Amino acid sequence: MADFHRKLERSAIAFMLAIVGVASIGGLVEIAPLFTIGETVETAPDMRVYTPLEVAGRNIYMREGCYACHSQMIRSLRDEVERYGPYSLAVESKYDHPMLWGSKRTGPDLARVGEKYSDAWQVAHLNNPRDVVPESVMPAYRWLLRNTLKTDDLGEHLAAMRTVGVPYTDEMIANAPADAFGQSAPDDASADGVAERYGEATNVRPFDGNPGQLTEMDALVAYLQILGGLTDAAKKTEQTALGE
Amino acid sequence: MTKLTVTERQIGLLIALVVAAIGLAMAAAGRGELFGAQGFIVLFFALTLSGFIIAKWDAPLPDPSQFERYYDDPTKVGIVLTMLWAVIAMFVGVWVAALLAWPELTFDAEWASFGRLRPVHTSGVIFGFGGNALIATSLHVLQRTSRARLPDQISPWFVLIGYNLFCVVAASGYLMGITQSKEYAEPEWYADLWLVIVWVVYFLIYIRTLARRKEPHIYVANWYYMAFILVVAILHIVNNLAVPISFGSAKSYSAFSGVQDAMTQWWYGHNAVAFFLTAGFLGMMYYYLPKRAGRPIFSYPLSIISFWGITFMYMWAGSHHLHYTALPQWVQTLGMTFSVILLVPSWASAGNALATLNGAWHKVRDDATLRFMMVAAVFYGLSTFEGSFMAIRSVNSLSHYTDWTIGHVHGGALGWVAMITFGSIYALVPWMWKRETIYSPKLVEWHFWLALSGTIVYVFSMWNSGIIQGLMWRTYNENGTLAYSFIDSLVEMHPYYIARTFGGLLFLLGAIVGTYNVLMTIRQARLEQGAEAGSEADLPIGGRDGVIQPGE
Repeated sequence: MADFHRKLERSAIAFMLAIVGVASIGGLVEIAPLFTIGETVETAPDMRVYTPLEVAGRNIYMREGCYACHSQMIRSLRDEVERYGPYSLAVESKYDHPMLWGSKRTGPDLARVGEKYSDAWQVAHLNNPRDVVPESVMPAYRWLLRNTLKTDDLGEHLAAMRTVGVPYTDEMIANAPADAFGQSAPDDASADGVAERYGEATNVRPFDGNPGQLTEMDALVAYLQILGGLTDAAKKTEQTALGE
Repeated sequence: MTKLTVTERQIGLLIALVVAAIGLAMAAAGRGELFGAQGFIVLFFALTLSGFIIAKWDAPLPDPSQFERYYDDPTKVGIVLTMLWAVIAMFVGVWVAALLAWPELTFDAEWASFGRLRPVHTSGVIFGFGGNALIATSLHVLQRTSRARLPDQISPWFVLIGYNLFCVVAASGYLMGITQSKEYAEPEWYADLWLVIVWVVYFLIYIRTLARRKEPHIYVANWYYMAFILVVAILHIVNNLAVPISFGSAKSYSAFSGVQDAMTQWWYGHNAVAFFLTAGFLGMMYYYLPKRAGRPIFSYPLSIISFWGITFMYMWAGSHHLHYTALPQWVQTLGMTFSVILLVPSWASAGNALATLNGAWHKVRDDATLRFMMVAAVFYGLSTFEGSFMAIRSVNSLSHYTDWTIGHVHGGALGWVAMITFGSIYALVPWMWKRETIYSPKLVEWHFWLALSGTIVYVFSMWNSGIIQGLMWRTYNENGTLAYSFIDSLVEMHPYYIARTFGGLLFLLGAIVGTYNVLMTIRQARLEQGAEAGSEADLPIGGRDGVIQPGE
């Protein structure tokens, strides 16, 4: 072997090709099949896409680095299922470009935090966590209520997501800014289109308590309230057997 | 600058102006948006550079004899940048650590919140500090072990300055709220594209210099630097595939989603550790440790085994970050298996380094520079053992999501990456600036003990907090229900978060002492520049024009 290697290390090109070849195998074996093996991702006919307002909220979640302290991946361990709810399925993050499974829980998992707390609690908590949880070390995001949400380019966001595989329709893309406004203004005419395009079960309400003005708080709370609610698939598996 | 020819000055200015034009175009395309602000940063960076080149335009032309010597100016600037990034990134690290103990210790400003500062810390350390150290040392090691001069004088500057532009764009973007949220790959599409260009030039420097080498064999340090350059390129390109919403916006959407994205991200993430933070720094170790110790590498076969073992097996290990998740179990099992076997090549490297010190242990005792490298090898051995251990599914069920991971990472980052870098820099600085010794060997001692005690305090506090967290989350009371709420576990963390901040502070103080020491050495060298010695032994066999020496 040493003789072979003495030869190899005399040629820069051969050595580099060897590195690329040897290093590529692991990724090819582990990643490529995940796209081709059908059972990697479960089927969930009831799965819906994120609304424009939820997309905007998700982008704020990423912008503020929430994923650094909160996971969105409940592992198949008894204590996690009892603490956070049914373990996460692959299909639940099928439309997550990129995924936000996270790697650290300085705060609790959020995979199923949707509708666990009221909108008012979420708003108060995000504005200053220590107002509702005195021991919390989470930052206060006071600017979310101050900042108006930027909606004019939401159509472009949806179009880019369609390019990478999320089934948004032309109609959804064309109406994205109006739908974002309508989702937090139930009495406005634009609210009807949201239920029409994204389903009757979509949350349409003034998330930050102020229906007239669309803030970043509206978007982030709308996103948090749908976490775990895009599909019921995880609640229909035989998870009760787990940990018994 | 005084070593650049007129043509090189012209090319340099041209490149700077082209980058300025790109910045201007970005500013125009992203008017009133974050993308435009990033454009202005690029523009400002490039104009400052152009101004610098123009200001030095009339500097004396280079002495032709310099082309018979190694070209070390980019390495010198790279060393200074390494130390500056260390201080900046570690300062932000101490700040975010303090925020977890005292969350109000900041301003009511978006840029100053934990979530935006944290990537400045992680990218600042990995890419700012680590990346500059790798570029600076690789250019030095490459020339010495090939006994050939760099092929030209512009491309190393392009790589060094272009890379720092990437770091500045990335860090300023995080503060503005630009991130694609992929861990350790947060910069958005335009910064990623720029890095690809820089990286291709870096690769070409390597290939072109090796093509001119006067040593038949490529030395083992270069194997690692080559693996670092090549594999990081593969990882970077695949992991960052994304579709921007428009060419006037910073925002993009990842090509992958859900479980495939998770696997891709951790394939990238774990191998950023392997090929950025391990392979590159092993290259450093394989050159500077034997040089400083005055001993040859202990074993050639061990070097071969560990190199190919690391190159092959690390790429399988990423899925151990996804145990018990929605990732198919067969991938988890593969990742765990390879992670455990990885201990063999890892310990082969660490053992090779420590065995090299046999016969030089008295130097380790007396010389803090060599001691930095020795301790780095020990921490490398400890961290790789811990890593293999944590990759076991049942261990991972406890350690994952907790501070134990943070402790593990910092054992590697502080104990291994930073220590081998500081040791190498302390060895390199006197060579580069033609000094007998560093400005103050005593301050190197101080730095060593600050760094070691800081690392130990940090790692022990995170081990404690992580294991307590993991245990509290899974503890049941006698009624069969969970014993602790999440907030109970958080409250328990408070003393450890204070201790961790203190440990980080010690390490930061060490880095500041080290920066002062390096800068003072440079200052001394400048003051006594009249008596330039120019060590005769440190010359390439072939200069720029590739003169073949007798005996070759």
